[in-house]
Amino acid sequence: MSKRPEHQAPPELFYNEDEARKYTQNSRIIDIQAQMTERCIELLVLPDDTPSLLLDIGCGSGLSGSVLEEYGHMWIGLDISSAMLDVALERETEGDLVLADMGEGVPFKAGSFDGAVSVSALQWLFNADKKSHQPVKRLYKFFSTLYASLSRSARAVFQFYPENESQLDLLTTQAMKAGFYGGVVVDYPNSAKAKKFFLVLMTGGAAPLPQALGTEESDNSLQIKYARREASKGARGKPLKNTRAWLIEKKEKRRKQGKETKPDTKYTGRKRSGRF
Amino acid sequence: MKLITHNMLTSKCLKGVLTGYPLAINATDVKVNEVDFNPDFIARIIPKLDWEVLWRAADSLGHSEGLPQVVESNYEANQEFLKTAHKVLLEVEVEEGYLTCPESGRQFPITKGIPNMLLTEAEVQ
Repeated sequence: MSKRPEHQAPPELFYNEDEARKYTQNSRIIDIQAQMTERCIELLVLPDDTPSLLLDIGCGSGLSGSVLEEYGHMWIGLDISSAMLDVALERETEGDLVLADMGEGVPFKAGSFDGAVSVSALQWLFNADKKSHQPVKRLYKFFSTLYASLSRSARAVFQFYPENESQLDLLTTQAMKAGFYGGVVVDYPNSAKAKKFFLVLMTGGAAPLPQALGTEESDNSLQIKYARREASKGARGKPLKNTRAWLIEKKEKRRKQGKETKPDTKYTGRKRSGRF
Repeated sequence: MKLITHNMLTSKCLKGVLTGYPLAINATDVKVNEVDFNPDFIARIIPKLDWEVLWRAADSLGHSEGLPQVVESNYEANQEFLKTAHKVLLEVEVEEGYLTCPESGRQFPITKGIPNMLLTEAEVQ
């Protein structure tokens, strides 16, 4: 069975009391959520030192909301799971909470928010958990109502886990149809674990898509953490095939296995001359 | 539910509802929680609010005391006004009750301070 939560049950059932509990006790989950929220805020490019009103879509237990509070912003959170919202109440977050399904539309009046963030929620919209659910229609409904509820020049940043290319396509097409422009920023595209997808949507004013992390040198603490891991990963690997180093390693292995092996000399791994 | 949320919340996601604003509040339990006062935020948020809706909501909960019916022009400098607005927007919370859609009359229950805006299959557009 697939490990993806969205394949197991609808969100309002999957995030039950047990699952919600993890979001207060598991320090690894808390850490990762906080890191991703910080990156989302960075991508939102809000004006410096001005407290803003933000929308947190799929706010869950309010982990991302706590990070928003640290940055001095006020937030209103949407989530479909009442168990997760109960945990948010227990954690006494400052933001306000609303129980709603994002696929049914964002229930706010026009121009309400200075920005929207969403951490690991968007992938749920690809599911059809009920007979009446049509993912494309729900995506469009979500994006068009979100577009309306944002003020002009506001951005929406979604961290999410796409399953394949076609999901990315579907997502960007529906967002463009709703009036947004922008695209997907992939942080650490070459790393299996640190790779993160961010959909950055803008409502007005031409601006280039932000630079992804891990695609070029930049002095960032998050990046250094991952870069170090990548370097050690390379050191563990085998040398390039058909090189002298590879041959010597192979011979060494044979010797360890007790097999008959010719000694290493200056001729080891050299090409034969043409005369031979 | 804080009144700032009420000021933004609509029922326009309902089938056949055009604006769905403002939602009427029927509260059975109202609490006042202390929140840190941030004058910059309040001054920034006021132009975005529908002040009339806020005043009526505050009045229906019995917390309109000291709140002017119209926003004066240089409100940014008026600390007293910003404090009252802060209290009404962020500190007054509806814990239990329900919201009513002005067009369809559909009721959205508020439990433990969380309005339930989930729709049934037939209500989705």
